Amino acid sequence: MRAFTRINGLACPLDRANVDTDAIIPKQFLKSIKRTGFGPNLFDEWRYLDHGEPGMDNSRRPLNPDFVLNQPRYQGVEILLARENFGCGSSREHAPWALQDHGFRAVIAPSFADIFFNNCYKNGVLPIVLPADVVERLFAECEATEGYRLTVDLAEQQVILPDGSTFGFDITEHRKHCLLNGLDEIGLTLEHSDAIRAFETRMRQERPWLFA
Amino acid sequence: MARETLYDKLWSGHQVQALSDGTALLYIDRHLVHEVTSPQAYEGLKLAGRRPWRADSVVATADHNTPTNEWDKGIQDPVSRQQVETLDANIREFGARAYFPFRDAAQGIVHVMGPEQGATLPGMTVVCGDSHTSTHGAFGALAHGIGTSEVEHVLATQCLVAKKSRNFRVWVDGVLPSGVTAKDLALAIIGRIGTAGGNGYAIEFAGPAIRALSMEGRMTLCNMAIEAGARSGLVAVDQITLDYVQGRPFAPSGAAWEQAVSWWRTLVSDEDAVFDAEVRLDAAALQPQVTWGTSPEMVVNVTGQVPDPAAEADPVKRSGMERALVYMGLEANTPIEQIAIDKVFIGSCTNSRIEDLRAAAEVARGRKKAASVRQVLVVPGSGLVKAAAEAEGLHEIFLAAGFEWREPGCSMCLAMNADRLEPGERCASTSNRNFEGRQGQGGRTHLVSPAMAAAAAIAGHFVDVRAL
Repeated sequence: MRAFTRINGLACPLDRANVDTDAIIPKQFLKSIKRTGFGPNLFDEWRYLDHGEPGMDNSRRPLNPDFVLNQPRYQGVEILLARENFGCGSSREHAPWALQDHGFRAVIAPSFADIFFNNCYKNGVLPIVLPADVVERLFAECEATEGYRLTVDLAEQQVILPDGSTFGFDITEHRKHCLLNGLDEIGLTLEHSDAIRAFETRMRQERPWLFA
Repeated sequence: MARETLYDKLWSGHQVQALSDGTALLYIDRHLVHEVTSPQAYEGLKLAGRRPWRADSVVATADHNTPTNEWDKGIQDPVSRQQVETLDANIREFGARAYFPFRDAAQGIVHVMGPEQGATLPGMTVVCGDSHTSTHGAFGALAHGIGTSEVEHVLATQCLVAKKSRNFRVWVDGVLPSGVTAKDLALAIIGRIGTAGGNGYAIEFAGPAIRALSMEGRMTLCNMAIEAGARSGLVAVDQITLDYVQGRPFAPSGAAWEQAVSWWRTLVSDEDAVFDAEVRLDAAALQPQVTWGTSPEMVVNVTGQVPDPAAEADPVKRSGMERALVYMGLEANTPIEQIAIDKVFIGSCTNSRIEDLRAAAEVARGRKKAASVRQVLVVPGSGLVKAAAEAEGLHEIFLAAGFEWREPGCSMCLAMNADRLEPGERCASTSNRNFEGRQGQGGRTHLVSPAMAAAAAIAGHFVDVRAL
């Protein structure tokens, strides 16, 4: 996984609550057996005017000019501003894969759905929860200011606005450690192999039917 | 000792090790696997040169991509076929406790197959790369959906790095009236607490109305916990649970059964256990529910009408409602019973079990679908459900009513196979999500119970099944 330390990136506002993972990456693209290549189909039904299917040349498809990601000022965007309960619905990790493949490094919202929130960390996409009034301010400033950029400093756990004001965010130590160092979480868990084996041995005694 | 909730007991009973930052390594007993969210996980294992920690915890099936008709022709879509064949190959290479491949007699939707095989047992931790894994909480099991990276993590380590959720109790008094089902209860709860209401929580459903539910009803309810934002739903173990589990292929028997039951009976929240949040509902006051919008929380009584965004004070909610009405092609204040439908889908991990099919058949018996309704799909949840329904003659009732009787699978719940809505088509669906495009791009989904779906098929529009 790519390490995440500090980024200064262009922000883009997606002004809808309850954006679900079916909208982030529609089901027809879930047939892939790869982890990569989902970026061109991110928000496919909102982004294009035609119906998308796997294998199409997306560069030739008609874009929806009203969709925010298609606007010239938001090309090269790295930070998504979102509303409540972002990423609700299906557990598909294809959603953070698509965000990451499009170039997003962080999503800022007042709240996230739990499974999506977990999935982001595994893919170097940082989900940041900020208070609703702060998110409201970011939306207003971003919409009013072309080229609006935010700095996200993971080590300091801060979002820094263009005027220098800062807002802290929470993250567990384990996730922070993995993201900062781009670590393989499985390798870290396997360092506890003895504890897992000991637990398993005890369970074979206490609940043998689980191992039948 | 502090009074514990059922969730607390399941959590502490599976904690391998507490980690320094408040997370923990949680041991996973049962890993359910399907074709869509597993290929990249197995590929990750291969690339790292790892083997599954405990392949006998894996029970797998193919369900999302599989066609529901013309099984003799195989899977026509080459991309779908490749994904299913990739699962076949991965199970051959890495092993499993059991695999129910495409066209197996017991193949089915993973959340239908697991419980009916006894692969889901009380007190287990159950995970699957699918958000509707919450279904298995109906057995007093700690069950939730995971992403593909976590599928790989569980394959490699038998554990998840997890943060404990908070405890939420939904207490339901009274008895559900005739014609009002677990699905209506689930939708009413989501309407009450919202699709983010359960974020960060495990929801335990409790109270007299829950105790009176069958296992099928409890599965429907826990299935939709995720639509309320909760990764896990839970129902405490009781005699109904034990009666369902006993005798299933993977359930313990003999002395092991007695030993298991003595632990399973403790899988209830202690009296006076403290919950971080609670809501209470009266089952007797509930009506059949119909969603009108593009989120499961956009739901009203069948006797109600489409709400008016002008009455909503919150600007973000109001614009969401306005957008939903445009997408759904509906006008504010339209009575629900005046909304005409084009298609009906009876199936999905929410409502494709035998009890669901019986409820739909009871409504369809001796009646015909409305001429204006283009298609009524009845898709049983598994091969075993299909066989049971045919043994009771339910398929004949459906066929006589002009419904289609299909092979098992996820089908038009998410339209990964050929079963889907065309743009603008309106569907009465027993599935779990009415998101934009969920059942096909431009398709318009209204979530209802199986009886309400069958009633809509007969009438051609939504109708109160209690008045039929």
